[in-house]
Amino acid sequence: MTDQPNSYKTGPDENGRFGDFGGRFVAETLMPLILALEDEYERAKGDESFWAEMDDLWEHYVGRPSPLYYAEGLTKHLGGAKIYLKRDELNHTGAHKINNVLGQILLARRMGKTRIIAETGAGQHGVATATVCAKFGLKCVIYMGAHDVKRQAPNVFRMRLLGAEVVAVTSGRGTLKDAMNDAMRDWVTNVDDTFYCIGTVAGPHPYPAMVRDFQAIIGKETKVQLQAQEGEGRLPDTIIAAIGGGSNAMGLFFPFLDDTSVNIIGVEAGGKGVNEKMEHCASLTGGRPGVLHGNRTYLLQDDDGQILEGFSISAGLDYPGIGPEHSWLHDIGRAQYVAITDVEALEAFQLCCAVEGIIPALEPSHALAHVMKIAPDLPADHIMVMNMCGRGDKDIFTVAKVLGFDMSDAE
Amino acid sequence: MSRIDAKFAELKAANKKAFVSYIMAGDPDFEMSLEIVKGLPAAGVDIIELGLPFTDPMADGPTIQLAGQRALNAGQTLQKTLDLATEFRKTDDITPIVLMGYYNPIYNRGVEKFLTDAKAAGIDGLIVVDLPPEEDSELCLPAQEAGLNFIRLATPTTDNKRLPKVLQNTSGFVYYVSINGITGAAEPEAADVAPEVARIKSQTDLPVIVGFGINTPEKSEAIAGIADGAVVGSAIVSQIAAKQSVTEVLAFVKTLADGAHRA
Repeated sequence: MTDQPNSYKTGPDENGRFGDFGGRFVAETLMPLILALEDEYERAKGDESFWAEMDDLWEHYVGRPSPLYYAEGLTKHLGGAKIYLKRDELNHTGAHKINNVLGQILLARRMGKTRIIAETGAGQHGVATATVCAKFGLKCVIYMGAHDVKRQAPNVFRMRLLGAEVVAVTSGRGTLKDAMNDAMRDWVTNVDDTFYCIGTVAGPHPYPAMVRDFQAIIGKETKVQLQAQEGEGRLPDTIIAAIGGGSNAMGLFFPFLDDTSVNIIGVEAGGKGVNEKMEHCASLTGGRPGVLHGNRTYLLQDDDGQILEGFSISAGLDYPGIGPEHSWLHDIGRAQYVAITDVEALEAFQLCCAVEGIIPALEPSHALAHVMKIAPDLPADHIMVMNMCGRGDKDIFTVAKVLGFDMSDAE
Repeated sequence: MSRIDAKFAELKAANKKAFVSYIMAGDPDFEMSLEIVKGLPAAGVDIIELGLPFTDPMADGPTIQLAGQRALNAGQTLQKTLDLATEFRKTDDITPIVLMGYYNPIYNRGVEKFLTDAKAAGIDGLIVVDLPPEEDSELCLPAQEAGLNFIRLATPTTDNKRLPKVLQNTSGFVYYVSINGITGAAEPEAADVAPEVARIKSQTDLPVIVGFGINTPEKSEAIAGIADGAVVGSAIVSQIAAKQSVTEVLAFVKTLADGAHRA
């Protein structure tokens, strides 16, 4: 470690920095908007009624707390560490995304905003945003890469059922990064009535901190639930989660950052393998620091500083950047980051179906693939908690195609 | 005195408004964009804005996005953009060049190295869209120290409380963004923009130039009439996209410049 702070939980600083990462790299038009958002968030954070409303919605609308489940089948199959799954795939809308969306939409309501925009990759954040907008009667516009619109058709239909307008973004390669560009262009154009609901721990300050705080419910619950099952004071030995932008991972990790006995592992999408051809989305493993979408962080980029398109079978991980707090945790060595390939993730996907009766999303399948690699060599009293951040219903078409199962006649 | 300051002094003495043109460096390729840039001063352009291509131009509309993609596809890099300026300077040592783009390619090159190279290439000023005053230590202050103007965008959302912060480390001129939105989208009305320009001028002695959405000689004249000058970008870039020849592009630029100079 290059630098050992007293606490890993004090960031970001007043300039929105985690070490050298983060910041507010946005056009002037947006600066007053993100400063107003920061003010409102600071007020809400200290307002008990805000959190009371969140808790009520989390419990009755989302179904929190999500279970912490001892995965006996996986544990026995792998024959090493004791594996727990944090079941955030059981949330309403099928992923962790709604934890954050609820918080941001409540903020939007406090700020009197009537129109919500969001970017989405796999569609989970889009579905969660469309869902909460339907509940509160807010106009909702979702930007989604044209390529993702195709490979995530079920989620597109869900969003439309929920009353959202889904805009297929054709700029660039038509994936998550391009959707984020177009969402920002919308926000620059509609500054008065519009709230930009970012789906991950990236973007200009205060988004990385705010989204982390809303997702931290995952780690907070995990702490309490593990003690209930394993005894007073018992911490996990390893916590592990998949990372695209990194919101489910940050949500699990944050409450454990100062528990230095806990190993923290983030799993990036290695696509076809982390090589010079850059057919992956592993920003930390294969990228270097740069500035995009309002923050400084590790990015996939060429020699000229042009941003490269990521590649992953998982639309939710297909992003050339990563949240700035992860970049910082990586550089100071508090968390370890690894990459898992498409092929490895698909194996984990199938194993989870077979031995646990849980169809995981492709995103957490990456985390599970790393569990499969390391769990067998660990002792039985090594407790490992993996965030099962999404369910796989949305991915069955993609997986069927790869496995050669013909679903074209399905009705 | 920088080339930008000298140009505004010259315009002021002649009681003329400034016409600022934007094209993307390397669009559609290096050679043609160099030919266009070389012809801009004779077409009446007072200040040349040269776009730095970037894969993710978040404040730009489709016209400039596509121009950036054409340039990148043709092999344009930050180095080649500096080369383009160097070539231009062999023919013109008076007309100011302002690089306009996004921070990452500059950050990637290294701020110190970039500033040294830009200065050597005859660049006079920088407009970096994603560097608000909150990030001044990144590039703005080092640029001023290196003798380059750092030109800030002021926008309709920049209220009076914030304006001093935006103006504080700005030099050369202030670029007022006439609309909330992206380049080449909505068209501004001179009557709406005039009070905004007056608001900014009440807090600075720098010239205030207005851009975004200006696409005809008439608009150019009307907007220049209520400010110190007008910027046209997307409308010119559209001509390049439509595969007009260098001569045709420059003829179109001349109509816009004449408009601004009538004001």
